[in-house]
Amino acid sequence: MRFIFKTDYAQDIRIAKHGGHWFWYGLLLALLVAAPAFAGEYLLTQLQFIAIYSIVGFGLMLLVGFTGQVSLGHAAFLAVGAYTEGLLQAKGVPFLISLPAAALFAGATGIIVGLPALRLKGIYLAIATLAFNVIVEEIIARWEDLTGGNAGLLVKPAVLLGQAVESPAAFYYLCLALAVMVCLGMINLLRSPTGRAFVAIRDSEISASCMGVNLAKYKTLSFGLSAAITGIAGALYAHKIAFLSPEQFGLFQSIEMLTIVILGGVGFLHGAVLGAAFIIFLPQGIAIAKDWLPPGVATSGVQAVVFGLVLVGFIIFEPLGLYGRWLKIRTYLELFPFYRRGMFRRQKAYAKSERLR
Amino acid sequence: MTSNDAVRERSREEQATGSTAFFEVENLGIRFGGVRAVDGVSFALRPGEVFTIIGPNGAGKTTIFNLIGLIYPASSGRIWFDGRDLTGLAPHRIAELGIARTFQNIELFEHATVLQNLLIGRHRHRRSALWQELLFTPGVRRAELAQREAVEKVIDFLDLAHYRDSLVGGLPYGVRKVIELARALATEPRLLLLDEPSSGLNPEETDDMAFWIEDIKNDLGVTVLMVEHDMSLVARVSDRVLALNEGRPIAQGTPAEVQSHPAVIEAYLGSED
Amino acid sequence: MVQFVQMLLAGTAQGCVYALVALGFVLIYKATETVNFAQGDLMMLGAFFALSGGTLIGLPYWAVILFAALVMAIVGMLIERVVIRPVLGHPAFTVVMITIGVGYVLRGVVTMVPGWGTETYALSTPFGQKVLRVGGAVIAVQELAVIGMTAALCLVLYLFFRYSKLGVAMQASSQNQLAAYYMGIPVRRVNMLIWGLSAAVAAFAGILLAPVTFVHSNMGFIGLKAFPAAVVGGFGSVPGAIVGGLIIGVVEALAGRYLPEGFKDVAAYVVVLIVLFVRPSGIFGETTMKKV
Repeated sequence: MRFIFKTDYAQDIRIAKHGGHWFWYGLLLALLVAAPAFAGEYLLTQLQFIAIYSIVGFGLMLLVGFTGQVSLGHAAFLAVGAYTEGLLQAKGVPFLISLPAAALFAGATGIIVGLPALRLKGIYLAIATLAFNVIVEEIIARWEDLTGGNAGLLVKPAVLLGQAVESPAAFYYLCLALAVMVCLGMINLLRSPTGRAFVAIRDSEISASCMGVNLAKYKTLSFGLSAAITGIAGALYAHKIAFLSPEQFGLFQSIEMLTIVILGGVGFLHGAVLGAAFIIFLPQGIAIAKDWLPPGVATSGVQAVVFGLVLVGFIIFEPLGLYGRWLKIRTYLELFPFYRRGMFRRQKAYAKSERLR
Repeated sequence: MTSNDAVRERSREEQATGSTAFFEVENLGIRFGGVRAVDGVSFALRPGEVFTIIGPNGAGKTTIFNLIGLIYPASSGRIWFDGRDLTGLAPHRIAELGIARTFQNIELFEHATVLQNLLIGRHRHRRSALWQELLFTPGVRRAELAQREAVEKVIDFLDLAHYRDSLVGGLPYGVRKVIELARALATEPRLLLLDEPSSGLNPEETDDMAFWIEDIKNDLGVTVLMVEHDMSLVARVSDRVLALNEGRPIAQGTPAEVQSHPAVIEAYLGSED
Repeated sequence: MVQFVQMLLAGTAQGCVYALVALGFVLIYKATETVNFAQGDLMMLGAFFALSGGTLIGLPYWAVILFAALVMAIVGMLIERVVIRPVLGHPAFTVVMITIGVGYVLRGVVTMVPGWGTETYALSTPFGQKVLRVGGAVIAVQELAVIGMTAALCLVLYLFFRYSKLGVAMQASSQNQLAAYYMGIPVRRVNMLIWGLSAAVAAFAGILLAPVTFVHSNMGFIGLKAFPAAVVGGFGSVPGAIVGGLIIGVVEALAGRYLPEGFKDVAAYVVVLIVLFVRPSGIFGETTMKKV
């Protein structure tokens, strides 16, 4: 077990709290950078997806995990980012301009959604974002002149500094770099007044506003930032998939995106990455499991059943998600043999009322 | 002349000097449906004093706080702070102007550490723009260090160093009450609103609370407006007291004057007939 | 004019199905403060049970309804007991995610059942394709039956909540669980029964919807349109759910007739956004504030 003696205020602010952090995160980054050298094409594709979905996770974590606002419509922001990128790319706009444009445009959409959403709470907010998602999906399907409608839109590889990012390794580095940048931005935000204001809104709106936090401003900001980050992921997604069609951005995409956050661990940045990795590897796991099932049962439904069971199981048995599980294991090892089962139990109110939030 | 009229007469006199007062509440009222929960309450605070509102249960004490905190919109009346009309402002503006409050039933950020809770109190002193925070520029770093220094002063002042990095959720009630006080002080308020600071505390903790309120007044020079049940605490720390019954003011004066006022005794004990 | 009446009737019939699904949402929301995203899938499952009740067991139409409702009531109670009760008191959104998970499981399981699978089936009804001619209007008996049966169910539910001991207990515990608990109402058991009731209502809705969309594993997605219905009515108000369902059904029918193609599918969602913008907690919703 490690004890940290604080002798300086800066110690609270530092990203790496102790040498162990430097070592382990450094090792992880080194491995990720070296990955194209040893990973096969398949694994590299998975890593690209994990990087993209991690960005999705960061964006959603900011809104759901740190500001406590619900969104069942984040696929719409992914769509805005993806289509902005795809269309600008087709016009020959370089990636260094089209990517920020995708983020800005998605962010602006987020603010437009966030403004009316200010007055809505809990379930009403969830339904409003769901409605927004359905409407955006329909707009994409019907606005054929711009988006190609249901026929879809082809997206060419990104052009970065005059070079087409075509090789899997190059695209992988692009995704990785953006994921790391977004992650650092999130860390910075969370140790700044704005991030603290978000968390305060999540924990008690009434307290936050009495401490001078402008609820309207910060909720809108959170929506906007979250949507902008999702827009960045959308731009990468567009290049990865190379073919965009409206049904990719329906409600089920939104639910899958939320699942990243919930399985990873709501309220932890690590959770976004762990959740993304889990979601990407889940279909592989299911494919393997299918081989063990009798042929009559191994239908397309297996995927849905496993996905549903994983979701339900996690929430019931590990509400803190994968990262929460890791924290428990680590604490167990550190304290061995003094770990108590109740250590991570949160206060559970009996039928706590949402109506009085 | 009934006691009620006497209070009104007196507040009208004070009104004559008007909104030049440090903090003034003028004819404040709110209805919930047909019920007048607060009706015609007026008082003015002098800088540096401890002013307490007392009254039996349901007299509308906390409601007055929620009106001042703009959590409920007032049905009638005006609230002045430093000659500025507060009515109609958004709730967060109150804190920005330098009024901080605590809650009767503790509204802390349960999943955060004591330090993080107090840092939220520094929100009104932030200076950085969003892009600076995303990059965590040296300016933001300096500001953060300064915020921590300010928070540490409050931690020292209220003797919370021991709990600095503990999660609030797991701490005893009495400690959390002090943390809430600390969070309010971290905003560096000019006016502090305390909603029943002694509720839920044992006699020893109440005693500590009394010391701290005196220190806040004497050492920090912060004006305190308080709602309180415990008459010994009220008598000990208050400079002036306003008694309410059923949402209406019935007496105002020094603690001794108010405690011996017939209308107050009647409100608490019931009339003799 | 004749066409308009016909359309209104078709919209109302469709609205009745939305209303019943929305009713299920509201019952569960009032009891456990959970929005049950699996409500549509419960409806789908109910329709499948009705299908098997008719084809395998050979029950007549009326018995099929009872059979499906009964089986679904048991399924609903099981769901409450197994997955909802353990997470009571968690943030509402966590519980919502659980019901989303349950929905996935139900949809998947249905495709794995021999004889159900991914096929589309027709549920036979006594009304068939019969039509009534009133004046110049051609009215499908099916639509009238849907409206009539919904009205009958609403009446039964009204009497149940108004006069039966259990119904009153359900009302009490959904208004204030703690107070109901102190008054000796077994709140947990009542919650379980409410889930059962709500699943039975879903089965009923599924049977009414079956002649329109046929029975298949994805018919539950219609539940997504019942959300707007429940929200328009103000989540938590039973009459609101009915009114909301009818509003959505009629608006959809009108949008399909008078607006360009594509608007029909989003009409429900546009309506809900407008309603929420004007009244953040629905038409019949109550606004409450947290006490401090």
